Amino acid sequence: MTNHVAVERSPKAAANNPLITIAGLNKVYSSKKSSFEALRDIRLEIERNEFLSILGPSGCGKSTLLRIVAGLEDATGGEIIVDGIHVVGPGADRGMVFQGYTLFPWLTVRQNIEYGLKLKGISMLERRAISSHYLRLIKLESFANVFPKQLSGGMKQRVAIARALANRPKVLLMDEPFGALDAQTKIDMQEMLLEVWEKEKTTVIFITHDIDEAVYLSQRIVVMGSHPGRIIADHRVQMDYPRSAEVRENADFLSLKRKCSALLKH
Amino acid sequence: MANVEVRASKQMPRRRRPVLQIYKDIPQMTFTILSLSSFATIIVLWYALCLLEIVDPIFLPTPHRVLQELVYQLSTGAYWHHIGISVFRVSSGFLLACIVAIPIGIFAGTFKIGEAFIEPPMEFIRYMPAVAFIPLIMVWAGIGESAKILLIFIGTFFQLVLMVSAITRQVSVDLLQAAFTLGATRWQAIETVLIPAIKPNLMNTLRMTLGWAWTYLVVAELVAVNSGLGYAIMKAQRYLNTDQIFVGIIVIGLLGLMSDRIFAYCNRRFFPWV
Repeated sequence: MTNHVAVERSPKAAANNPLITIAGLNKVYSSKKSSFEALRDIRLEIERNEFLSILGPSGCGKSTLLRIVAGLEDATGGEIIVDGIHVVGPGADRGMVFQGYTLFPWLTVRQNIEYGLKLKGISMLERRAISSHYLRLIKLESFANVFPKQLSGGMKQRVAIARALANRPKVLLMDEPFGALDAQTKIDMQEMLLEVWEKEKTTVIFITHDIDEAVYLSQRIVVMGSHPGRIIADHRVQMDYPRSAEVRENADFLSLKRKCSALLKH
Repeated sequence: MANVEVRASKQMPRRRRPVLQIYKDIPQMTFTILSLSSFATIIVLWYALCLLEIVDPIFLPTPHRVLQELVYQLSTGAYWHHIGISVFRVSSGFLLACIVAIPIGIFAGTFKIGEAFIEPPMEFIRYMPAVAFIPLIMVWAGIGESAKILLIFIGTFFQLVLMVSAITRQVSVDLLQAAFTLGATRWQAIETVLIPAIKPNLMNTLRMTLGWAWTYLVVAELVAVNSGLGYAIMKAQRYLNTDQIFVGIIVIGLLGLMSDRIFAYCNRRFFPWV
């Protein structure tokens, strides 16, 4: 229901505002014996169509932050506004790609991509057209009627991206989606993701602990530190798209990598 | 090259792989042969016991005597009537248990409130032997069909609830969360994720529980009945017709095997994605 409201109100309410505002966000896990501060005072504004990476060491709370934006976890304090609407719980306006494989094993590739559309009650013909478009985009047309168990890890993540995008979310949340892939597949996936992002012009928040990945993909990198999880730097990446593989040898690229690496060492 | 290989194989002591390797696959053919030969072993041992007259033939008839009796019994209408009534009792008791237990199990597995409210009494009751309920069942339901069906129900229902709730709880949280981020409501998540996800395990659970249902059927048919396979076995015992007892047991075994194969077929047919 909230999705409908958001769609109708968004053009007027938030035309010039950032798409996503995260304000004073805190997260404390507390039990009877102890409490653990996972996130402290996170403030972040994300523009429309921006490709933002959140880079941080493991355990810094970057995934928790993303999950709070997705609505899968509640914050202890602060607020998140997506396109003029307060985030309460998960919704189709914030699509997510998880690190683990989360395709529905009982649905074929095409049915997986159409899952969200079907929930929305979109007609079969329209669903077909949309899923075909995304199958082409991720170059898996010939795997449309195959079950996920027959796909490789990289293919599964491509389908997961297509499934999230087919829903036309306002933002695509990616939680270390390529973390489990081998080095070469990871690079292929990064190139494919940029291609898709440029064509679809969606907003992306990408969580990673891989500096190279963050610099290669993003327009902007937010670096987080741990204990408690907080933002320690916010860098723009001044490189044009499309980015070829050679970008990785570029002086700007390397200096930014060094900068991030120095930040992560603390 | 060839020379080197030959010399290597001559001089180097070759370590042979052991036959028994943990989890290691064996050829399909070997598997089938082994399975068949285990049946053959049983029959050979059986014959040995009979021919060497270690056991009195009154207590242990020969395999071919049992086979003859099996063929004879299956040619009579009366035996098919026993089979029919037994199958009817098992399937009604079992179906009834499924219809009630599956939704309750899913509810208990999905919501903590359900788990808290439903599971503790089920855990308690399931340790009560269903057979001990027989006197009570006879008081409640008499000695008619409903008494047999009720016993099978009691024997399978509580286990089924707990098993269904356990498999529901096993569904990956990631799949549910993926559904939520794709816009699923709570009920849609149950309908489009939880239920499809548990189906294959559910089939296996039913397959197992059906086996227990047959056990309870025989127990139910040992008391105050005049039809059914359990009754046929009891009657044979009265006249010391051990061959007929064997026939009854084997027929129940065959029926169990058939239903098991049907379940296995359905699993492959309906859940190709597993």
